[in-house]
Amino acid sequence: MSLQIISIILGSLTLASALMVVLSKHPVRSVIYLVITFFFITAMYIMMNAQFLAIVNMIVYAGAIMVLFLFVLMLLNLNKEVEPMNTRGAQLAAFIAGGSLFLVLITALKDTLILGQTYRQQDNNIGLVKELGNLLFSKYIVAFELTSILFIAAMVGAILLAKREKQIIE
Amino acid sequence: MAKDLTLLLIIALPLLGFAINGLFGKKLPKTIVGGIATAVVFVAFLLATTLFSGLHGTQIVKLFNIINFDQLQINASFQIDALSIWMTLIITGIGSLIHLFSMGYMSHDEGYHKFFTYLNLFIFSMLLLVLGSNYFVLFFGWEGVGMCSYLLISFHYNDAQKGLANSLAGRKAFIMNRIGDVGLLLALFMILGQFHTLEFLTIGKAIQGDVALQGGAMFFITFCLFIAATGKSAQIPLFTWLPDAMAGPTPVSALIHAATMVTAGIYLTVRSNFLFELAPFTKDIILYVGLATTLVAAFMALRQNDIKKVLAYSTVSQLGLMFVALGFGAYTVALFHVTTHAFFKALLFLGSGSVIHGMHEEQDIRKMGGLAKLMPVTHLTFLIGTMAIAGIPFLSGFFSKDEIMAQALHHNPVVYAVLVLAVTMTAIYMFRLYFLTFHGAFRGGDALKSKVHESGLSMTLPLMVLAVLSIFGGLLNLPGLFFKNAAHWFDHYLSHGTFGLSEVHNAHLDFNTSIGLMGFASIIAIGVMIWAYLNYAKKGAIAKEDAALNGWERLSAQKLYVDEIYHAVFVKPLLALSDFVGKVVDVQLLRNGVYAIADGILNTANLTRKWQTGFLSSYLFWMVFGLIIFVAYYLLKLSVWH
Amino acid sequence: MQAASSIGTSLDFYLFVSFALFTIGAIGAMTRKNMIVLLMCIELMLNAVNLMLVTFSTYYGNGDAQIFVFFTMVVAAAEATVGLSIIIMAYRNLKSIDIDMYNQLKN
Repeated sequence: MSLQIISIILGSLTLASALMVVLSKHPVRSVIYLVITFFFITAMYIMMNAQFLAIVNMIVYAGAIMVLFLFVLMLLNLNKEVEPMNTRGAQLAAFIAGGSLFLVLITALKDTLILGQTYRQQDNNIGLVKELGNLLFSKYIVAFELTSILFIAAMVGAILLAKREKQIIE
Repeated sequence: MAKDLTLLLIIALPLLGFAINGLFGKKLPKTIVGGIATAVVFVAFLLATTLFSGLHGTQIVKLFNIINFDQLQINASFQIDALSIWMTLIITGIGSLIHLFSMGYMSHDEGYHKFFTYLNLFIFSMLLLVLGSNYFVLFFGWEGVGMCSYLLISFHYNDAQKGLANSLAGRKAFIMNRIGDVGLLLALFMILGQFHTLEFLTIGKAIQGDVALQGGAMFFITFCLFIAATGKSAQIPLFTWLPDAMAGPTPVSALIHAATMVTAGIYLTVRSNFLFELAPFTKDIILYVGLATTLVAAFMALRQNDIKKVLAYSTVSQLGLMFVALGFGAYTVALFHVTTHAFFKALLFLGSGSVIHGMHEEQDIRKMGGLAKLMPVTHLTFLIGTMAIAGIPFLSGFFSKDEIMAQALHHNPVVYAVLVLAVTMTAIYMFRLYFLTFHGAFRGGDALKSKVHESGLSMTLPLMVLAVLSIFGGLLNLPGLFFKNAAHWFDHYLSHGTFGLSEVHNAHLDFNTSIGLMGFASIIAIGVMIWAYLNYAKKGAIAKEDAALNGWERLSAQKLYVDEIYHAVFVKPLLALSDFVGKVVDVQLLRNGVYAIADGILNTANLTRKWQTGFLSSYLFWMVFGLIIFVAYYLLKLSVWH
Repeated sequence: MQAASSIGTSLDFYLFVSFALFTIGAIGAMTRKNMIVLLMCIELMLNAVNLMLVTFSTYYGNGDAQIFVFFTMVVAAAEATVGLSIIIMAYRNLKSIDIDMYNQLKN
């Protein structure tokens, strides 16, 4: 019972902070709200006993990526600008599209048969590091190795792109 | 040698000559080029004589298969029988003589090798035509000779003065031939529909076996075949190309338009005799068309002033005569006349070629005269030819014409009377031509007179050979009056050697009527000759100048204005129509239409280009939109499924 | 659907949250003009999907989906890196991070 209440609270708080990400005027505040959202999502992961992913989510997303975002914002000193608003028409179209998307998805949720059972904490060991590690290093070993190449590509790309071009001194 | 091998050699040799002269002719010396061309045709002639001597019934030589469906089989196969071998003899024999003549006649021409290439190709096509065992190979040869005729008529298309006229004459011949070819194609299709085969023997046997035929089908088939014959053999209404075809070099006129190609129509009719026997109405049409042609052409020849044109109209008239014979069902008689006509017409054309050559390309007889002493051999042979065509007794033309007249008298005396008129006119204009050319004073001016000379041996030898043939050619088919044993050899040879002809019997007149007929014809011929001699040689009458012609003479000289009528009725509307299509339909419909389509596409593209805004948010919007559609589609599909 | 009392821990609830997060991220991506905020909304969408995957993994006892989430995070990290460096370069060029200024693919 209490678990359910916690779940509901967590869920609604997640949605609230996500909303603030979108609606906030200052970019830095958006970043902060996004970090908070990540915290709540991590909490939900823990509720589902996906321990490994919860930690990884925290470290990678909230810890690294968001910090990167903040760095870029600060570096380029973008906090001061007030971005111009979209036209009313465009905003309306966006809201309607989003709303329709939500409705369609919910309808899908309603119409499809879900064969799942109620979550039972005792039975679920999948999220543990041991099990995931087994799976990762046996079945998905190739993909795992390939991600290293992906990271090298991303690093090289990022450095090259952000490098300042040498000024030609005449 | 085996017969089929001989046959294939006969056909292959001219093709070989064509290939050699066509590919290497430019580099070889002139004598070699002409020698090869003449040699292949002459060797083919010798081979044909071996086949002729060993002739025994009908033999089919199959080469390869062209079309092979269940319901339809067409082979490239050839037929050795009396008719085809006889035509081959004529083609290769007279062909080799003409090749020999051309070696001398065309020696100054720079397109020498081209000429012999075309000539060999023509011989090849003509051989295909007569040796084929089905209508398909015949059609192949038919088209081939039409094309060669075009190529050879417009041979001097580069000539400074007459180049355009030559090309137009070639074009006219080709187009008129084509009109006839449509008839041939239609007939072929109908034959295929009726008999499901194109082989002569198979069709003939089917008819003899009384296969069930539709009533009107025979008439249409034979009528279309006759249209084809009209185009090739220059009958009314498709005859105006033949006089224009005289624009080609003289050997061409001799070979193609006297001896061989124009007889293709007659060959076709004789070959299809079993079809024509079932369509008496068509035979009547043939009869009257031939009759009209022979009369009209003879009338036109009376006042022509170009040597070759007179001979051309004479050819048309003689062809009409042959069709009259065909109209009576006397196939062998018609072919006999084809043979003798080949002899003396080729002789006359080659003789005129010799005259033109001696007169340094002058062709107007008003400028000739008195050539008898200047060109003795030509004169003598030309006289023999003239006498043969006019029907002087005991020459070849006398016998063949007499046979035709006998048929006419037997079946329809009115036709006989008209034929008498035509024959008289023939004699008149031929002797007019002869006397104006070779007798009297030379009218071409003294400068030309000193240059006139007799032609060399290469040109006079064929003339002499043909003269001999013209004299003795009548022996082939003597009437049964004298030498009962040797009489009608050609009739028997052909009837027993060709399918279907044994069923047809020519009329035989009784003794008295035959004698009377021959006597009457002789009187006419000799009478005209004497009149002409008195008029032209003794009295010195010459051809009038154009302005001095009176009424009927003008009609004759202007060829009854047939060309002009055709131009006004057919050519002008067609040109107007093509103008209209070119200017209106082509521009409005096609060009503007296509432009309109292109413009439409351009405008659509302009419209859709506005979608590419470059704004990321709109792209995202459309992506979400697409996603919605996607999910909704699957939802609906699933809900309908349940 | 489960009874109302157990709604909190049922599969549907987490799916609902995931859908809502995704929609919010979509609306934000379509609405905001700041490029960095745009990237953040994309990250939001990715996380919504991750949540859904983890939910399914839990409720079906299958570990493959969590591995998938792992790789998704890897890719998201790489993509965020490269995306930010592109933004830096773009800022250098046009001195603005307004997404509407970058419409040179127009027409």
